[in-house]
Amino acid sequence: MKMPKIHFGYLTLFVALLFAPFIVYPVLMMKVMCFALFACAFNLLLGYTGLLSFGHAVFLGTGAYVTGHVLKEWGWPTELGLLAGTLSASVLGLVIGALAIRRQGIYFAMVTLALAQMVYFLFVQAPFTGGEDGLQGIPRGTLLGVVDLADDQSLYYFVLAICVGAFWLIHRTIHSPFGQILKAVRENEARVVSLGFDVAKYKLVAFVLSATLAGLAGATKVLVFKFATLTDAHWHTSGEVVLMTLLGGMGTAFGPVVGAGVIISLQSELADKVGSLVTVIMGGIFVVCVLAFRRGIVGEASALYQRITGR
Amino acid sequence: MSVSLCEHVRMRSARQDDFILTTNNLTKEFKGFVAVNAVGLKVRRGEIHALIGPNGAGKTTCFNLLTKFLEPTHGTIHFNGIDITHEKSAQIARRGVVRSFQISAVFPHLSVLENVRIALQRGLGTSFHFWKSERTLEVLNERAMSLLTDVGLQEYAQMIAVEMPYGRKRALEIATTLALEPELMLLDEPTQGMGHEDVERVMQLIKKVSANRTILMVEHNMKVVAGISDTITVLARGAVLAEGDYATVAADPQVIEAYMGTEQTEAVAH
Repeated sequence: MKMPKIHFGYLTLFVALLFAPFIVYPVLMMKVMCFALFACAFNLLLGYTGLLSFGHAVFLGTGAYVTGHVLKEWGWPTELGLLAGTLSASVLGLVIGALAIRRQGIYFAMVTLALAQMVYFLFVQAPFTGGEDGLQGIPRGTLLGVVDLADDQSLYYFVLAICVGAFWLIHRTIHSPFGQILKAVRENEARVVSLGFDVAKYKLVAFVLSATLAGLAGATKVLVFKFATLTDAHWHTSGEVVLMTLLGGMGTAFGPVVGAGVIISLQSELADKVGSLVTVIMGGIFVVCVLAFRRGIVGEASALYQRITGR
Repeated sequence: MSVSLCEHVRMRSARQDDFILTTNNLTKEFKGFVAVNAVGLKVRRGEIHALIGPNGAGKTTCFNLLTKFLEPTHGTIHFNGIDITHEKSAQIARRGVVRSFQISAVFPHLSVLENVRIALQRGLGTSFHFWKSERTLEVLNERAMSLLTDVGLQEYAQMIAVEMPYGRKRALEIATTLALEPELMLLDEPTQGMGHEDVERVMQLIKKVSANRTILMVEHNMKVVAGISDTITVLARGAVLAEGDYATVAADPQVIEAYMGTEQTEAVAH
């Protein structure tokens, strides 16, 4: 009974997204989608494996810088550029993940933050990132040499396709034999070990998957904005993705999308009205979220729905 | 009748010197505090072996050493004659030594059926396949259901584990452990915190699942210990105080002293 309703919901949303660029400014929509993808990737780790990475922006940043560099300096085709950015994030995810999963809880979060900061300072110093200036004027190129992505509408559908594909992959992962083990690890790690599973390997695969998709989000974001900056890899961004995920609903498939939508639209609405006060407002939202609705928007909504329908 | 017959068969088949698990000089020190002191444990194949002792005697620490959730300071552990002292927890589990925990170890937000299926998933070899549908796990449902039936939980298969009463969670834990068909089951206080009826049920369950396998359990309830164990090892202050069947151990003056009589009187009262 429940499944068709959810499928219907996704279908409605998909149709709405198809028509969205005619109503809403497409670049804003694309920004929301990129961050939604980023938050979903992060949620795979936090919501379904129980690992709080506090350095996830570094994967977004790596995806962005590598894609930006190969498109601008080496003139690679767009598809290859995306692939390069995404795979670089996977490799970095493998390295950081392998080191971080040796620790648990707060120590895991601290190790990921520390390693992410190390890479961040590498980005500040390295010549290929353009330091404080970042990479500007990155060409969007064409899709398969046919569709010109310089047009915002064409790019919008390309970004939508990427996000839908990635969202499907995350959905598949959550509802796979592997996903079952991840959920078990989240619920009771010691028990999974006692059943003979090498938990570290499962965590590492989840970490790499999450880093890869975060990298894809960064790479896609570069196409949208035509620039890559240090902000992408900054720890603020790592904090923001935590906020998006918690606000939308950690451990719900769709929560991070809602969270990203709310945060990004608020930021773009408020930026020119309240200036730097936006940080204070974000902090306030975080406090309210933690105090009043811990399950996040989607989590609370589905709990309410279940209560009304009596399950 | 059938239980006692089983027991006879088991007793006869268990050769006196056939030990499934032995430890030699097993010691664990925590910054100078010796929690487990030179324990030489010998668990005979096919038996129900109880590890008892007053609070803080080192029973759970001992369990954690055997399953490598803790690293021993000295000593060796042999399982089926193989030195497993330096193996990892998961490796030991794959050898067939599967433990339960003092506090019920279920996966609270998964269904009862899924709980058991997690354990069965290892045999399928698709545990890393993130691109496959979870429907591919449905082939395991039948086996999972039969395990649930064994522990009397077949009606609760679709329930979320956290919603079950405590005694049933322990039964689910046993079903999950059984799914791995362990040669040696380590049960850490299987009846702790249970009401009278649940204790009885779990005791019968342990008795039932002990066919074809060895069980080593930490247990406080003397009624359970006296009722089903073949051999009892008494630990006190991290060291072995006495060993033998219930009558031998219960008559040991050192054991009586260690317990200050309390548990003994209780056992007699039952």
